[in-house]
Amino acid sequence: MDDIKKNYDDYVKSVTPTTSLAKNMWHAFLIGGAICLFGQILITLFETIGTDEETAGAYEIILLVFLAVMLTGLGIYPKLAKYAGAGTLVPITGFANSVSSPAIEFQKEGQIFGVGCRIFSIAGPVILFGILSSWVLGLLYWIGSVI
Amino acid sequence: MFLGSASVSFDEDIFIQGYASVVGKKEGEGPLGNLFGEVVTDPMFGGDSWEDAESQLQMKLVTAAIKDSGLKDSDIRYIFAGDLLGQLIATSFGVKNFNIPLFGLYGACSTMGEALSLGSVSLAAGCAEHVLCMTSSHFGGAEKTFRFPLDYGSQRKFSATWTVTGGGAVVLGTAGGFAKITGITTGRIVDYGYKDKENMGACMAPAAADTILRNLEDFNIAPDSYDRIITGDLGLIGQRILLDLLEEKGYSISNLHMDCGIEIFDGHTQDTHAGASGCGCSASVLCSLILKNIRDGIWKKVLFVPTGALFSPVSSNEGDSIPGIAHAVVIESECR
Repeated sequence: MDDIKKNYDDYVKSVTPTTSLAKNMWHAFLIGGAICLFGQILITLFETIGTDEETAGAYEIILLVFLAVMLTGLGIYPKLAKYAGAGTLVPITGFANSVSSPAIEFQKEGQIFGVGCRIFSIAGPVILFGILSSWVLGLLYWIGSVI
Repeated sequence: MFLGSASVSFDEDIFIQGYASVVGKKEGEGPLGNLFGEVVTDPMFGGDSWEDAESQLQMKLVTAAIKDSGLKDSDIRYIFAGDLLGQLIATSFGVKNFNIPLFGLYGACSTMGEALSLGSVSLAAGCAEHVLCMTSSHFGGAEKTFRFPLDYGSQRKFSATWTVTGGGAVVLGTAGGFAKITGITTGRIVDYGYKDKENMGACMAPAAADTILRNLEDFNIAPDSYDRIITGDLGLIGQRILLDLLEEKGYSISNLHMDCGIEIFDGHTQDTHAGASGCGCSASVLCSLILKNIRDGIWKKVLFVPTGALFSPVSSNEGDSIPGIAHAVVIESECR
């Protein structure tokens, strides 16, 4: 008696369908790769019209972010993300989506308490821990160079 | 009179005198689409935010349910209602223009069971002649409150459920109606320590099993004295767990069990994963399929058990589990 209760987490796991890791990875590779390929095409295009490499990279980022924000506003990005998973999360377009979607959602609550306070509710941890980890790496680099 | 550990058997007449359901577009496209009172295709319901949309939905529900019962607003002594949003804002803004005294309730998705229970008790106690019991949920508002902004790109687990945009309202009264509420079993908090907010069915199933078991024990009846035992929003995984838990206790209800969260959407074509959830799920199915079948005499006696996962983003982030609760209401047809 009460076997289910005693091992509830394991029991639930055994009756819950799981996603296929291989399939998820394939979808992520496909769409994530396509976004990166598109980015590379943009860089090459900018370079062929005479832009230097660094500026071409900046233009590419601006254009990708713009497109991601536009697709977020049109409700297309979340549909793509449902299929692609990490494929749309990891590239810079995922960051753009994570900042623009709260801005859209909380706009009704005003510019300060809505958009202002909530815009980084998803991207905030990425920014915080991104800066923190680069600081730690910088410190290690400095220690290495002193030794 | 009270029975056993958690039940009441009503000697007084508590009639269901009218009801209404209002749902959104996706629910209207589901298998129960033509049974709902009104399908609103505008996700904003003419409002200007998700929260306002849900208030507009509740306004429609109150108006339609009172109309269905043939009464006037002033005949309703109390409203027992609630929703999923913080501080019950969908309800407070939804009912404010009716000037009817309100008891605001929070029971997560079990709210319809709680509202019907308290409404019945107040009628049985002679405190009112007519009361209105109502609850609702809205996909947009629920996602915003409990998950991510709607346009954020993420993947849902197979065990996740889809919050119903919709709701139901029932008018109860002491004289004349097509069905009666003859008993209730009030749920207690049941917590098996489960923590996955994307598997609410697993959080609620133990509570549903507990309430159903105590209903059977308190009334000293077998499951087959009901034509259906209907849970709120367990979904496919929660249903499986409920059946297993009851099987372990020696009860087999698989041929009697129905879950509103499985009925309202077509999982194959509507991409709703484990099923539907939200206060509006059980409430809208009650006020369409269930009460229609009772009104038509197809079902004589059902046990309606809305199930709630008492999920809070705060306690969840603090590492706590998600407790469940389920309130059972015995509904009997007056068709002889």
